[in-house]
Amino acid sequence: MAIRWGNYYPTPFYDELIRVRNKPRDAALELCEYLKNLSEKEINEFKTASTTAIQVMGITFTVYSEEEGSIDRAWPFDIIPRIIPKKEWDQIEKGLKQRVKALNMFINDLYNEQNVLKDQILPESLLEHSKNYLPECRGITPPHGIWAHICGSDLVRDENGTVYVLEDNLRVPSGVSYMLENRHVMKRVFPDMFEKYNILPIDNYPSQLYDMLSQMSPRKVHQPEIVVLTPGIYNSAYFEHAYLAQQMGAELVVGSDLVVDEDDIVHMRTVEGLARVDVIYRRIDDAFLDPEAFKEDSMLGVPGLMRAWKAGNVALVNAPGAGVADDKVVYAFVPDLIRYYLNEEPLIPNVPTYKCVNKEERDHVIDNIDKMVVKPANESGGYGMLIGPHASKAEREKFIRLIRRDPRNYVAQPMLLLSTAPTLIDTKVEPRHLDLRPFILSGMTTSVTMGGLTRVAMRKGSTVVNSSQGGGSKDTWIVDMEDK
Amino acid sequence: MLSRVANHIYWLARYLERAENTARLIQVNTHLLLDLPRDVTLGWEPIVDMLSFRETFYEHYDTADEKNVIKFVVTDQLNSGSIINCLANAKENARIIREIIPSEAWELINQLYATAKEDSQSVLTRRHRFECLDKIVSGNQTITGLMGGTMNRDVGYSFLRLGRHLERADMTTRIIDVRSASLLPNVSGKLTAFENIQWMSVLKSLTAYQMYRQEMRLRISRADILEFLLKRDIFPRSISHSVKQLGKCAGELPKSQAFKKKVAEMSGELTKLDTRDLKQEKLHAVIDDLQAALIKIHNTIDETYF
Repeated sequence: MAIRWGNYYPTPFYDELIRVRNKPRDAALELCEYLKNLSEKEINEFKTASTTAIQVMGITFTVYSEEEGSIDRAWPFDIIPRIIPKKEWDQIEKGLKQRVKALNMFINDLYNEQNVLKDQILPESLLEHSKNYLPECRGITPPHGIWAHICGSDLVRDENGTVYVLEDNLRVPSGVSYMLENRHVMKRVFPDMFEKYNILPIDNYPSQLYDMLSQMSPRKVHQPEIVVLTPGIYNSAYFEHAYLAQQMGAELVVGSDLVVDEDDIVHMRTVEGLARVDVIYRRIDDAFLDPEAFKEDSMLGVPGLMRAWKAGNVALVNAPGAGVADDKVVYAFVPDLIRYYLNEEPLIPNVPTYKCVNKEERDHVIDNIDKMVVKPANESGGYGMLIGPHASKAEREKFIRLIRRDPRNYVAQPMLLLSTAPTLIDTKVEPRHLDLRPFILSGMTTSVTMGGLTRVAMRKGSTVVNSSQGGGSKDTWIVDMEDK
Repeated sequence: MLSRVANHIYWLARYLERAENTARLIQVNTHLLLDLPRDVTLGWEPIVDMLSFRETFYEHYDTADEKNVIKFVVTDQLNSGSIINCLANAKENARIIREIIPSEAWELINQLYATAKEDSQSVLTRRHRFECLDKIVSGNQTITGLMGGTMNRDVGYSFLRLGRHLERADMTTRIIDVRSASLLPNVSGKLTAFENIQWMSVLKSLTAYQMYRQEMRLRISRADILEFLLKRDIFPRSISHSVKQLGKCAGELPKSQAFKKKVAEMSGELTKLDTRDLKQEKLHAVIDDLQAALIKIHNTIDETYF
């Protein structure tokens, strides 16, 4: 027997499956028992089967390297699932809905009355320096007041088991296709595990997405024309764009497929001629959306798209300018925003965050930089971060200079001891750090994925889970333990 | 359907068909050479000509021997028309439209490319060549079958068949042209055993041997083979069959007047053709005309839809 739980030491971290050495958590009992009885040969067979499934299904992400240009890498996947009991998940789900509701109200307020500034909940100076605030959006209220229709919030757990929101992704959050495909891979290679648990299904995401998108159509027609706008095959998330379009039966378009006419109507070029488009699920950043309005040299966008959107002739999902709320400095204010807009206490806490723009907090960060994770306000994908405890002296000093030069652009958080889960390394299990990205859809109703995408830092001790930096993933099971 | 998507479907089909036909060609040449007497130096150069690679080939290689030609035609990255590049292009096109084609088809195309890449060393050895190339032929057959069995019969499917049949017709003209030109010219009536084998190889390049026998029930003769490959639409790799399919596709597509007209012109040319009267030079001229007609059809499709 290859997996011996007696040799697995979860401490000092919170482990998702193992409570203390040799003692699985209740929800993981069956799974651990099952894994324990696998021979090394069986484990290798499972690993091969999952790798083959991933290759055959073409689940890839694109990485850029100078030598090879853009290459497709198979999605790194660990076959041991992460389990969360439904009872716990129900609370998280409520907290996420609450959070996204407040965020949407905040964005709409910011582009209209700006009460949040007048009431001094948020300092006005933050807005002036926000890269993602778009003055072009002032005075606009999109249908149902929703700006961030699709939100991916990253959750982490500390050593005490408390779940925090680490960040919100409100621009073009990605990863949901990997969540769906991970489940498919698990069903292909591990069907017998599904008999032991009541695992809640996640398959309905594409149809929920479709329903939400069609609710946004400005034309009240039976079947609105919905398209997914992708930057193209060299984008790291292209697999996902194509996947979602396919699952929804929507057209996958690139900028050059679309054209905006003098009446500010968006059309796509088809073999029969031009066809009107109602809803664009865009996976292109704001700056590249429309060369008329933003970057003039953008080859990815559609000239006139902002005109059409402002005229209310087309829905853009997420709305341009929604990113103003996923700024890492705004993040620090989210608990206040929840209290302000909803008059409720936040159900999921924020990770304590120091805003370098504030002198006292900045000094604290600089004094304790070896214990801090420093993040630029507007980067994603784990780029441009400093992980204090692991960084060299030179790197720390470089970040101190960066913070002093542009304090608005940096926040810092104490290094969290992220939770771990047993992960197969060769044929042995070792603890690896992970996080969780659920996706929240906001339309006429709000829905949250059952679980989300669990990302794992495959390198020992590492907490960087981004796939572009050596991260992998696991299937995430929300299991109903009451219903056994 | 988006114009860009139609364009990708069309090229996906063309690249797959090209890879398959190229693999067939090499299979048959390999077998043919084993059957020929040692002093006959038919060799591998005709393959290079057949695929219009002469110029590029001699930029990179000195002699058209077996090793060089196989490498160049099958695995060479420098040759844009090599099988591996055709499959890579097919895969790229498929990747861009993976939400349109059945996901199983994408998986198969992806796998076919991966397999061909894995085999890129072993395909160079005579011992493994048959097996490797056979995987490519049967791989495309499987993909074709799967798409036929699962795709909606919408315009996308029409563009797929358009690409396939245009490419197939083009490859068939190439095979007839060069293979027949390298034969002893202008012999009618009885053929020697050696010539017989060569004509059989023309048929076999197109998997036409068995079907020819069933349909023509004759001894191998140049005029009959040409009749069969050019004019009998009963055979799915004949020019006439492909042209007929192009006409059908035109009927399924919007805005197809110009396209239909070009197909009708080509069809008319084929009908007029008397295969008994095709001496080598005339055959070559006819083939040129057919290829020109195919190019015109392609250009019309390109202008109308893409």
